[in-house]
Amino acid sequence: MAENLKCSHCSNPATVHLTQIVNNKIIKVDLCESCAQAKGVTDPEGFSLADLLSKTHLTPEGGEPQITCTACGLTTADFRRTGRLGCAACYTSFIPLVRPVLEDMHAGTVHKGKVPEVAYSRQTSAAQLQDLEEALQRAISEEAYEDAAKYRDQIQAIKEAVDAEAVQS
Amino acid sequence: MIESLIKADNAELTQGTKKGSPVVLSTRVRLARNLVGTPFPERANSAQRSDVMTRCAEQIADLTQMKHGAFFDIAELTDLEKQVLVERHLISRELCESKSGSGVFINKDQTCSVMINEEDHLRIQFLKTGFSLRSVWKQIDRFDSGLETGLDVAFSPEFGYLTACPTNLGTALRASVMMHLPGLVISEHMDKVIRAVNQLGITVRGLFGEGSDATGHVFQISNQQTLGESEGEIMSRLGSVFKTIIDHEINARFKYLEENSARLLDQIGRGFGILQNAHVLNSNEAMNLLSLMRLAVDFEMLPEANRSDIDRLFIECQPGHIQYAAGEGIEPDARDLCRADTLREEFARLPALDFDKVKNLG
Repeated sequence: MAENLKCSHCSNPATVHLTQIVNNKIIKVDLCESCAQAKGVTDPEGFSLADLLSKTHLTPEGGEPQITCTACGLTTADFRRTGRLGCAACYTSFIPLVRPVLEDMHAGTVHKGKVPEVAYSRQTSAAQLQDLEEALQRAISEEAYEDAAKYRDQIQAIKEAVDAEAVQS
Repeated sequence: MIESLIKADNAELTQGTKKGSPVVLSTRVRLARNLVGTPFPERANSAQRSDVMTRCAEQIADLTQMKHGAFFDIAELTDLEKQVLVERHLISRELCESKSGSGVFINKDQTCSVMINEEDHLRIQFLKTGFSLRSVWKQIDRFDSGLETGLDVAFSPEFGYLTACPTNLGTALRASVMMHLPGLVISEHMDKVIRAVNQLGITVRGLFGEGSDATGHVFQISNQQTLGESEGEIMSRLGSVFKTIIDHEINARFKYLEENSARLLDQIGRGFGILQNAHVLNSNEAMNLLSLMRLAVDFEMLPEANRSDIDRLFIECQPGHIQYAAGEGIEPDARDLCRADTLREEFARLPALDFDKVKNLG
């Protein structure tokens, strides 16, 4: 072989060369024998290149962002090792690392399917309520009573909407 | 613990075979779901895992689709019981390996199973024999919407349902069918089919073996991508690919029958003879012979009514089931004797092969 390819996971000489077409794009991955074994490439039962991509696609070149999830403590190194996120909040913390791999992995990068209407509106209303409660307390302590009245009405409206939905479902 | 599941007389996979479903054995859809505010199972501590278990169990037990269902704590099952559940596609191998606080709900007719604390907090699966993507989707969609009324499911408008692995993001939906493809394997077209569907983001795996030459000629075919398309789009794309594969399979069978009639009839005839008379049969040989018998039903050489017996034996002749039926922890060699005994008894009850039928077909 003209050029000596290096394993895209460690830097040993690569002896396993994989090509797969994902989403009409040719994707090539080069691995050394021990990484190929470790990644389960030799076991067709459990192997998918998409899985592997999440671990090798973004090999650091100029050093990649070192992130730690504030909710669960997952680090960039953890993510690279397992290819898995640690909790729902990781999808906010790790956006710079996750977003680029999605394009190769999936048919698109934005969700187009089902929305859990009930659970999601409950969560967003809960978050809104918390923000409004805080704003209300702040307004009261600053004696901005006109603002406080406005926040109180908004809180009331959200609570009523949530109750109405609960009755419906 | 799993006695009642094995003895059930209404289990979908072993009793529910549809008449006239020559290629597709079963259809499955699974959804991954996680709860907000608790780390995914792999990073959760045991208190968090058991909290997830409690919250999910309460909600699941409330759903009408789970009425009269059963719950199994993975830590309380023996290795053999777990193997039997894997062979019945009710749990995954990954769940068997999981830490404490993992379990599975299985409904009465075994069409629905919900794994808790597998890779994701919840893995919901619905299964039906035959080819029925739409109706399985309808059922799982309703079940999922029911769960969501009482559980805060992790969701983002951009990425959809949030999953431990980014490969499942979005709809978190994996739809698959089990296909019996002896025609494509024998005519050596399977490699070509696998390559072609891979390009469309669809995965093909042998159910009982690897590659294009899977034991028993049974393959699991499913979507790889979950984000960027709606559930409906994913399934209609899959559906049209499945239909194309079915057409190719049927054509390959008739072409083979036309060109190699004597050879095919000989294989089926010999297979039937072995099943009726063998005293030692390993799992691979049994699966390959059962594959020929399913083909014999498709060619009307055996009555349609016996299709469900053959599909049941595909499940019941796997190592875990044979061992479970034998009672004690028997050696692999002894398993092959038990398997041959079972098959001899079953095939003694079948009528002789009707070779004239297939001559008319050709």
